[in-house]
Amino acid sequence: MDSTQAVYQALKEAGINFIVSIPCVNLSKLLEMVECDSKITHVPVTREEEGFGIAAGAYMGGMKPAILMQNSGLGNSVNVLASLYQLYKIPILMVMSHRGTEGEFMSAQIPMGNATPRVLESLELPYFKPSTPEKALKDIKKAWEISESKGVPVGILLEITFW
Amino acid sequence: MILEFSRIKLSEKMERINAIKTIANQIDDELVVCNIGFPSRELYQVKDSPNHFYMLGSMGMASSIGLGLAIAQARKVIVFDGDGSVLMNLGSLVTIYNQAPENLILVVIDNECYGSTGSQCTYASTVDLGEVAQSIGFKNNFKFSESGEINFQPVLEAEGPIFVHLKVKAGNADVPIIDMTPEEIISRFMKEIKEKEIK
Repeated sequence: MDSTQAVYQALKEAGINFIVSIPCVNLSKLLEMVECDSKITHVPVTREEEGFGIAAGAYMGGMKPAILMQNSGLGNSVNVLASLYQLYKIPILMVMSHRGTEGEFMSAQIPMGNATPRVLESLELPYFKPSTPEKALKDIKKAWEISESKGVPVGILLEITFW
Repeated sequence: MILEFSRIKLSEKMERINAIKTIANQIDDELVVCNIGFPSRELYQVKDSPNHFYMLGSMGMASSIGLGLAIAQARKVIVFDGDGSVLMNLGSLVTIYNQAPENLILVVIDNECYGSTGSQCTYASTVDLGEVAQSIGFKNNFKFSESGEINFQPVLEAEGPIFVHLKVKAGNADVPIIDMTPEEIISRFMKEIKEKEIK
């Protein structure tokens, strides 16, 4: 199974219908599929924090939101996750291309790559780290169930070797 | 095009709470997203409604929350934002312009300072936020800059996205904190949206 296809299929099966995004090279195929899907409202944003704001508003308006971003965007979004999402118990699926992991060619990605799981842990946000497309298909659906039922953002970390 | 509702003569800016009250009294069925801090407390004091979402944190996110809400459903959305908050998330104006929701009114209440933290100056005293919005491409821009009546009717009748620049005096009204929990605020708001959903 193709990795991008698995993530897309899982988003569809989870019922995600509103996606905000900031590109990562590893997400480029997925972003094209999302953009072409007439059942998904796709809003490209200027910064991940802004994307979280838009997705929160969309959730209040009845949508099921996800954000597609690089893990660097998590660093840009710590306050909105704590003082909007956690405060009001708003769900969102955070699909992250996890750079700075095994196989990274760009040294600049390493510090945030290392910090990413611990940033999620310090916010007490659950996350999954599927290593194969089959696991991603399962984990993403499970992640949205947890997110929606508990009103908590849930992360999906997709490391370089996943792609 | 900027429609400016101010007389040329020297005039006094209005208090923010009075500006909020004047607008709140002219709206009825619109959904309102209100900025963190004193603006939310002042709105809550002058008029509370299930149509209101009061932000208690996440400074800078008011216009973004409003945009997401305007895209997701059909009712008109009014955002009460501030100059400091807009400057913190200026990219939002670019996204709003590109997404162009017809049902979004962004009201920037501009007192040229961070009013909830001791009135430290913002750069809104030297950069005209209305002109920023206009240069991005917002077609319907309004400006209110003096005390007296704000006629909000033309704003409500214009097609969105609309940028309203509202100049007010610095300073906060002596109003209590909002005695609702975050969960009460959001669940009441979402229930209101769901029950009156426009198909």
